[in-house]
Amino acid sequence: MDPIIILQAGVASGTVLLFAALGEVLAERSGVLNLGVEGMMLIGAMSAFSVTIATGNPWIGVLVAMFVAGLLSQVHAFIVITLQADQVVSGLALTLLGAGISLVLGEGLSKAGTVSLMPNFSIPLLSQIPILGPIFFTKQSVLVYIGYLLTPLAWYYINRTRPGLHLRAVGEYPAAADALGINVFRMRYFYVFLGGMLAGLGGATISLAVAPGWFSELTTGGQGWIAVGLVIFAQWDPFRAAVGSYAFGALRRLILDIQGPTVLFGMRNAFYYNPYLGFFLQMLPYAFTVIVLVIGSREAIRKRLGAPAALGTPYIRGERGQ
Amino acid sequence: MAESTLSKQRMPWRIKIEPRLDEPPAWLPAAVSVGAIILALILGGVLIAFAGGNPFASYAHIARASFGDLGVLSDTIVKATPIILTALACSIAFRMKLWNIGAEGQFIMGAWGASAVVLAPIVPAESSRWLFIPVMIMAGMAMGAVWGFIPGYLKAKFNVNEIISTLMLNYIAISWVNFWVFAVWTEGGFQMSPKFPQAAWLPRLSEYAKSVPLFRGLTTHAGLLLGIAAAIVLWFIVYRSRWGYEIRLIGDNPNAARYAGINITRNTIWVMMLSGALAGLGGMSEVGGVVHRLQTAPIAAGYGFTGIIVAWLAKLNPLVIILVSVLFGALILAGREIQPSGVPKMIQGIILVCLIASDFLLRYRIRIVRGEEA
Repeated sequence: MDPIIILQAGVASGTVLLFAALGEVLAERSGVLNLGVEGMMLIGAMSAFSVTIATGNPWIGVLVAMFVAGLLSQVHAFIVITLQADQVVSGLALTLLGAGISLVLGEGLSKAGTVSLMPNFSIPLLSQIPILGPIFFTKQSVLVYIGYLLTPLAWYYINRTRPGLHLRAVGEYPAAADALGINVFRMRYFYVFLGGMLAGLGGATISLAVAPGWFSELTTGGQGWIAVGLVIFAQWDPFRAAVGSYAFGALRRLILDIQGPTVLFGMRNAFYYNPYLGFFLQMLPYAFTVIVLVIGSREAIRKRLGAPAALGTPYIRGERGQ
Repeated sequence: MAESTLSKQRMPWRIKIEPRLDEPPAWLPAAVSVGAIILALILGGVLIAFAGGNPFASYAHIARASFGDLGVLSDTIVKATPIILTALACSIAFRMKLWNIGAEGQFIMGAWGASAVVLAPIVPAESSRWLFIPVMIMAGMAMGAVWGFIPGYLKAKFNVNEIISTLMLNYIAISWVNFWVFAVWTEGGFQMSPKFPQAAWLPRLSEYAKSVPLFRGLTTHAGLLLGIAAAIVLWFIVYRSRWGYEIRLIGDNPNAARYAGINITRNTIWVMMLSGALAGLGGMSEVGGVVHRLQTAPIAAGYGFTGIIVAWLAKLNPLVIILVSVLFGALILAGREIQPSGVPKMIQGIILVCLIASDFLLRYRIRIVRGEEA
């Protein structure tokens, strides 16, 4: 029950949520709601693990996972962008599809044994910083560090670059973006693909770093859905998504560790003596997601913030805009 | 210019897509759905072959193991019964564009509520079937309704996205039932409760084998009647009642509904509760008619998610849901023995994808025109 260790492990497991949430932020900023994150993460986790077994190189596993998940996302892109179908139902279908394909192709993988994982290392100077050093920069997976880089990068890209401006325009007012010569359809396909790749990266982070292995649908255990919830809480902002992701990662870790010691805060640890209470602990991440959604939604109403205006609606050329 | 003439020379005709201005012909939606399912089965077959299986053997097995004789047909209907109820639950919520994907959790809570009647016990153990079954039905529906009320209330009052909240409640329901099964009602440390007394079982066809010999060994239980009754009631609510009219209006055009003075907040909560109650009834039917005890969460076995697909395939029509549920019951029943084990789930996913994609054909007309016409 060392808080430093809990936070350190929490940052690692929060990285899974972070990648998925960043990907979803990008897709939703372009106006496409993709509820298939869970399915894309599953297929990413499965292909990362199986390719790493086959090749012995986890880097190839990660790259293939990103590509395969990106490919899967294009099914959703085609259905909602070109065929203009309902984004909610299509996203649900994508989750079922991704889970189903992962189960079929991942058959027997759970008995495959261990593979070489993504490397862990400490950052020389930064790891010496008191408290923050051990939490963020000591013996973390290389994927965790990639997460640190990706968050400010995504923020900068969305808010300070020209392509980012186009991305926001496409999500807020596609008819105007179209009039400016931005190819709305191509942009949406691209960001859905990017979102899929990041969800696949999140899946690979599970199977090759945080909780190595393939445990069928339990591999993700609803983390893809938590990531979708976090995006709403984050108000489509990468930094808020990062804070939420790491907090949820730490919570997951705390739930595991709190059942260990016999004495907690000087009292008999009820969770140790009555392991059945653990079932209530397991509810916490999901209950917190709901609470976080309530907070996020209330804040959105108060500050008059909102989702990207065109989120969830297909763009049909020549139709009058909203 | 040169390029376009070139392509014209190569292609004497081209495909033209234009929006449909009129209503599509009546036969088209059904034809498109059947086409989508056939396409899905072909795609699924390719993936099965890719994973090292034999698609023809898999599909032949599904057909034989689900409709082959009266016994397996009866088992297929047993599998279809919970799907009917979860699909009805999804259909009424989807009708109002409320994306309740928590039928799975509401189903589990319904199963828990019905079990509590027997295990708590709320009704004395020596009671008759006439007391047990109605109380179990009420308890199951009530717990399902509670599990629908929470996301409904949060949606109505705080605009909380119901997709996420219903999904999160699924996981919470699983942990909740696990706690009771492991810690309170466990039978000798196993992850299941003691078996219910016979009076708490929904009657089965095989019970009447003495008077009708044909029924010997048939597992179909009275849950099917609950499902069919619920479908008929729901059909009347949706198509023949004022409330159903309000629900359809809100779903089709919330602004018009608001101007018409319809209370969307209240309807959101009521529809989510009705949806949850239907899924909860499914859970009751499963513990009362099939397993006769409370088990850990796989009791729902994805029925909640299958319900989404079935509702969509049936175009949210309660009566069509009964038929489609039987097909999916067959898929699930036969799928248990198929290797690789994920096949039924994958085929369901592919079917849903093809279905959604095929809706395009209902909104657009595809014509093949000669080059000069364009």
